[in-house]
Amino acid sequence: MAPSTPASALAEPDASVGRATTRRRRRLRVPALTALGLAFVVMLGLVAVLAPWIAPQDPTRQSLRGRLSAPSLEGADGKSHIFGTDHLGRDVLSRVMWGSRVSLTVGFAAVLVGGIIGSVLGILAGFRGGWTDSIVMTVADAQLAFPFILLAIGIIAVLGPSFPTLVVVIGLSGWVAYARVLRSQVLSLRSREFVDAIRALGGSFPRIVLQHVLPNVLSSLVVIATLELARAIVLEATLSFLGLGIQPPTPSWGGMVQEGREYLDSAWWISTIPGIVLMATSIIVSRAGDWLRDVLDPTLRGE
Amino acid sequence: MRGFVPFVGYRLFRALIALWLVSTVVFVVMRLSGDPVPLLLPPDAPTSEMERVRRELGLDRPLPVQYAVFLGNLLRGDFGRSIHFREPAGRVVMGYLPATLELAVAAFGLAVIVALPVGLLSAMRRNTLVDQAAMGLALIGQSAPTFFLGILFILLLSLKAGLFPTSGRGEWSNLVLPALTLGAFAMASIARLTRSAVLEVLRADYIRTARAKGLGEALIVAKHTLKNAAIPIVTITGLQFGTLLGGAVVTETVFSWPGIGRLAVQSIYNRDYPVVQCAVFLSAVAFIVINFFIDLLYGALDPRIRTG
Repeated sequence: MAPSTPASALAEPDASVGRATTRRRRRLRVPALTALGLAFVVMLGLVAVLAPWIAPQDPTRQSLRGRLSAPSLEGADGKSHIFGTDHLGRDVLSRVMWGSRVSLTVGFAAVLVGGIIGSVLGILAGFRGGWTDSIVMTVADAQLAFPFILLAIGIIAVLGPSFPTLVVVIGLSGWVAYARVLRSQVLSLRSREFVDAIRALGGSFPRIVLQHVLPNVLSSLVVIATLELARAIVLEATLSFLGLGIQPPTPSWGGMVQEGREYLDSAWWISTIPGIVLMATSIIVSRAGDWLRDVLDPTLRGE
Repeated sequence: MRGFVPFVGYRLFRALIALWLVSTVVFVVMRLSGDPVPLLLPPDAPTSEMERVRRELGLDRPLPVQYAVFLGNLLRGDFGRSIHFREPAGRVVMGYLPATLELAVAAFGLAVIVALPVGLLSAMRRNTLVDQAAMGLALIGQSAPTFFLGILFILLLSLKAGLFPTSGRGEWSNLVLPALTLGAFAMASIARLTRSAVLEVLRADYIRTARAKGLGEALIVAKHTLKNAAIPIVTITGLQFGTLLGGAVVTETVFSWPGIGRLAVQSIYNRDYPVVQCAVFLSAVAFIVINFFIDLLYGALDPRIRTG
């Protein structure tokens, strides 16, 4: 520990460590709600992967006779629609199932893009310091000081909505969280003896990062990525709701909420069901992130 | 007040950098959009006419020169002419600004008025049913997508219960649902933060002393707790006001509220780029200016921040 550490921080290290470990042990018993949440996430992933086989109907198949039928086991067209049908007679359940593919693929891809950009910049800023650090952190501050959805709307409006544009824009909206955490972790690792030792032995920069820095920051990365996933899914749905996401007829949750708006009074299920699934996903994934953070890395609380 | 001037200077410098970055991104995005000239002219316009307009707009000059001209125009508040409204884009956006301000202030006011007492009550009655219900709702409010909250409010409070109109602006009743939707996230965050800030203070030694002196609980809260819990609450509350501007885009679209967020989205559909750029830029300016003043307020409230 640095000699300049104030005495108060050293006063009762044992007590605080002891408290932290008991808390950790208590939290490690997965709470019932969290277990339910994890089950939900696993189920959602399975539904997304298996949608082509398990969805009861083709999500784009229209049926004039079966338009706007309420959730029931036997709709006007003789088929069962437990979540009803929309204004074109498409089965809402099948569309929600297929919609999970859009939400999850865009979400995961965006988290990957943001994670890679943020990690690389954060590691560079931490290791290099000086100008690199100043530039990266200034850009990060500037981005945080700005409602990103406006920028996202502007960029997508100009480039046109497509899967790659969405992934890059949503990914870029989230790089700052990774960069800040990795930078501070690298800064604290940089001065540790084992890093000096590797340097002295001739270890290269990429080698130090890959073999020694990444394993040390992996748990922080997992926590941020989970919280970012929830944010990315909501942002994708919001952009789809505004007509700037994945375009129809491909079903997406945000797009479905938008399509059902006109029929809210007569056919509430068109908007409400995909919306509730989206809300549940967002709440559950971010709760899972909170729980992971408390278990793996309580120091991230302030971020 | 020693140290306050460098503090202000540094914050001002950062605010200016942020503004410069935003305007540069706006410029780059505008260039990526390709040639705006065909949008300005009828489709059968001759090539010579296109060349003339291009020269008039300065698009035939090298990019660095165009960038300098663009920055100069921004400084003079010139955003170009709206293609749809056939008016200066700045004037169009300014016309929609009051509605957005009205909505943002209402949402923010509602959030603070509800969140502070709820957070305080939660802290005082921690781990009771009241606390758990309030914090459960706050968690939902923090992670629920704004646009779907709006749809839910319309469905339940407007269409089913008939309490408020679904859209429009004018009466106070028009304002309630949009303000609630836009304010939900801020309300949830402020309530959670107030709870934890008050709990933090209640654990402090001077509160124990106050209790030992035999002071009543009401006096302890009023005199000792609120004052000390104020700093983190003020900061987060201020930051929340800034994020409201981003949420306004979605809320205004859901409730057909005639503000600059909805104007921006509609201008995208109309391919009216000058208006989009102006709306994005002005929101950024508003956001950065608000954050700047919050930073100052924070620095004035808590001298420790200035050195940090």
